[in-house]
This record gives sequence, structure tokens and C-alpha cells, in this order.
Amino acid sequence: MAALVIAEHDNASIKGATLNTVTAAAQLGEVHVLVAGANAAAAAAAAAQIAGVAKVLHADGGSLADGLAENLAAQVLAVAGGYSHLLFPATASGKNVAPRVAAKLDVAQVSDITRVVSADTFERPIYAGNAVATVQSLDAVKVITVRSTGFDAAAATGGSAAVETVAAAADSGKSTFVGREVTKSDRPELTAAKIIVSGGRALGSSEKFDEVLTPLADKLGAALGASRAAVDAGYAPNDWQVGQTGKIVAPQLYVACGISGAIQHLAGMKDSKVIVAINKDPEAPIFQVADYGLEADLFAAVPELVKTL
Amino acid sequence: MKILVSVKRVVDYNVKVRVKSDGSGVDIANVKMSMNPFDEIAIEEAVRLKEMGVVTEVLAVSCGVTQCQETLRTAMAIGADRAILVETTEELQPLAVAKLLKALVDREQPDLVILGKQAIDDDNNQTGQMLAALTDLPQATFASKVDVVDGKARVTREIDGGLETIALSLPAVITTDLRLNEPRYVTLPNIMKAKKKPLETIKPEALGVDVTPRLKILKVSEPPKRGAGIKVPDVTALVAKLKNEAKVI
Repeated sequence: MAALVIAEHDNASIKGATLNTVTAAAQLGEVHVLVAGANAAAAAAAAAQIAGVAKVLHADGGSLADGLAENLAAQVLAVAGGYSHLLFPATASGKNVAPRVAAKLDVAQVSDITRVVSADTFERPIYAGNAVATVQSLDAVKVITVRSTGFDAAAATGGSAAVETVAAAADSGKSTFVGREVTKSDRPELTAAKIIVSGGRALGSSEKFDEVLTPLADKLGAALGASRAAVDAGYAPNDWQVGQTGKIVAPQLYVACGISGAIQHLAGMKDSKVIVAINKDPEAPIFQVADYGLEADLFAAVPELVKTL
Repeated sequence: MKILVSVKRVVDYNVKVRVKSDGSGVDIANVKMSMNPFDEIAIEEAVRLKEMGVVTEVLAVSCGVTQCQETLRTAMAIGADRAILVETTEELQPLAVAKLLKALVDREQPDLVILGKQAIDDDNNQTGQMLAALTDLPQATFASKVDVVDGKARVTREIDGGLETIALSLPAVITTDLRLNEPRYVTLPNIMKAKKKPLETIKPEALGVDVTPRLKILKVSEPPKRGAGIKVPDVTALVAKLKNEAKVI
């Protein structure tokens, strides 16, 4: 049986996390991709190019314009028959819709898988990543969200899948989209960045956060991240938060500046290839996971680092 | 208007849990338990809506072992009016909890249901969405702002890349994100008062819900350990290591 990946897209292109989800799905069977949106032909065409995708289902309609959970879940259910696995990227959108689909099918959902053991058995982290559970689904249909850092991205080109148009789901009439405020950024997307420079409460203010960390991020071509403490204090926007309840990242290099390293933060970044910690507190738990630790005042060390690079 | 809030008893967020050596789970014997932090935010939001005069009754619900009564007493000390415990020693997974909550929603007919976005033990992030699906209600997950006006809930949600606002017809299901509010501390007089508030206990069978787990946990293991790192004396040494040893810049 085939596996259906529900693509995350902006109607013009496919978002990165979808590519990792395709890799996970390829371990389960023939991969089909659902692109549900409004005027999303470009996104459907992009999905057809992904290596390893056998078929793209394209549903286009006004009800799907803003990714409302009620309508998107109905769309997935409309095409779900015949699929053994339904996979969503474990992003804000995927997490929003997948459980709704699972409950309608009366099946359990497996969240945030990091490894496919077999067609019905998966690994997923629990307790803020302090334990890894191997779970077996006893249901006929497996509804899954895929942690993007657990799987390599499938190649975005090289495929040539057929695009099949399917009818769009009707609007539920129960929810309406009002507006969206997107944080503007020229930087690489946090979850896809190769290098991340991240700051904590020690930065002291949003001005200092910007003044100290931005030059380093610019120099390294890095994305900026933040601890929950820095976000709650208003030094950085919400969607920069790295941790159990924020973004889960696994870049090549993670530079933690003035971050103590609470377990909730470590849950979001401890799979990074190389971790650098700059902190003046020698007892900070971040040093226990850092490959390279520099015990120094970040206000002196970070500018010096920018100069040395 | 009535609000139903669901709360879960979990291992306190400050505890670093240990995996049992036989791989059967994590060791939660003699570990401090608390209310799931996102659920505290949910109760706080319900109580604030009551204080604003939007809501007349706040009902707190928990599913699980007898000790969940403590969690419900905490909810009532924050300001919930009454509580229901669905008592069972079975392992409860999100689908089962969503079904139990659906039965209570059918019985109590709340105008709004608020849950935390995820529990910090199983990290599932499913129950609110599943409840919305089973009751066929609209949902707003990861809420950072909630306004109830003219029979609609206007909710600002945290999404990847920023914020979005949606409007839901009531009744509706909302799940809380961290920045929705700052839960208040419970005071001693309120803890005492909470002891007198009504707490009803009910069994899953009485609600006609089958709570059999659908996911079998085969094994729980330690995550891979990171090798011990080194401390570098200065910035020059750090850059040299990153360039020559780690080769990441």
C-alpha cells in the first residue's frame, strides 16, 4: 500500500520539512503527495519534481487557502482511502491537522517520529527528549507526524510524478481566517539552517540581542535562535524559540550565547552536529553538551569572535 | 457561558527523568508530580475570562489515577468552580482521553473547551485536536491570545514564521501556548477554599468509553549520549578548533 504525505507549502513552493517527510514515507511504500491549497498549481508542480514521489494529488479551492484545520482535515479524509500511512511534517501546521484526521479515522496518531523501525513501529522522543520510546501502532491506518531533523531531505528535483486533480473539500463554515503577521527575515529558515546563532536571557535587551548576535549571524550566514527566557523577556520573536515547545533544530553548528541550557532548551538542539557554548557561568548545564565551551563574557567574546572570523 | 478545562498530572518540569534499566518506561516512582504547565495556562485563561464577566462557570477535568485529585484541587485553587475526575489506572493515550472528554462535553455542554497544547511527559500534542474532531467543533491550537466577542472566539495562534488570527464559532476547542498568559500563584486561603469545592469522580465505563491503548510501547531507552566536549581558553582557540578540527566554518 502507498503512503500519503501531506505537503506543507505556500501555494507557490513546497516547504523544506515536506522533503524530510518524503524520506520517511519512502521507507513505508510508494510515496504520494497531497498538495491542498488555493491557486497552488506551482506548488503541485514543485511536488511532482521531488525525487521518489510517484503521484501528486492536487486539490484546489478557496476553502483551502489558509490551511484551516477543519477544511484541510476534511480534504485529507476525502482522499485517505487506500493509504496505509498518512504522514505530516511535525510543523505547526502538521501538528494542527494530523490529530484531527486520526481521530476522525478512530486511530491513534504517532507524533514526531525520528526513525522508522518497520511499517508499524517507530521511534519518538518523550519527556523533552530525555527518553526515546519505540512504539508499535495497532491500527490499520497509521497517522504520523515526522520530525524533520530525524530524516534527510529528499532531493527537490529529479522526480517526474503525474499530477492528478482531486475535488476540493467544502468549507466547514465553523472557522474563518482573519489575518497573519509574518516575521520578516532575510536569514535562512531556522529549522533548515546549517548554522544557528542563539541567544538567551544574558543578552539583557532586544537591542543588545540585535547588536551582539546579528553581526555574528551575518558573518556565518546563520539563522538566529533564542531560548524561551529570551523570547518571554521580549528580546526575540516567538518563532525564534528553540526547545521542547519551540522549534527542534539540528544544524551543523549551534552557537549558544548566554544560554544556561535548561532541559527544555536542550530538547530542541542537542542533535546539532557541533555545539559551541559561550557562557560566563562555569556551572551552566550547557557545557555538558557543548563540544567546545568558552567560559567568557559574551559581550566581549562575541564581538571578538566576529573580528577573528 | 461555561468553560471546560482539561488538566493533566505529569512529572514536574524541573525533574530530570531517568529511564528504567529494563526499558519498560521512565522511573516516576517517588518523583515530584505537578500540573502540566500548559494546563495551568489553560485554567488561568478560563479564570480570567470569568473575572472579565464573559464566563459564568469554570469546570476542571482530569483523567487518570486517584492522585489526579490533587491536580484538580490546584485548578480549583486557581479559580475553577468544580471538578470531575475520570478515574482509571489504565494507561491513557490521547485518543482515549479525547473520547472521555467528548463524553463530558456531551454531558456538560460547555461553550468553550481549553486544553494545553501538549503534555510535557508524552509530548504528543494531540488531545485538543482529537477532541475537536470527535465533537465536530472548530479548533484553535497554540493560542497566544483569546478574545470572546459576539458569540465567536477570536484567537491569535503561534505558527512557524509568526502569528495568525482566526475566528471560531462557539462552541469551540482551544489549546494554549506558553505566551497566552502568566498563571497566578495559588494562595493558602484559596487552597483551603478549593478543598470545599465539589469534585465528582466517575469511571470511564460509566461514560461508555473504551480506553484500551492503540499504541504499544515496545521499549523506552536512553537517548544517545553526546561525547564529552572540551573547554577552550579563548576566542582564537575556538575559531581554530571550529576551522581545523570540526570543519564547520
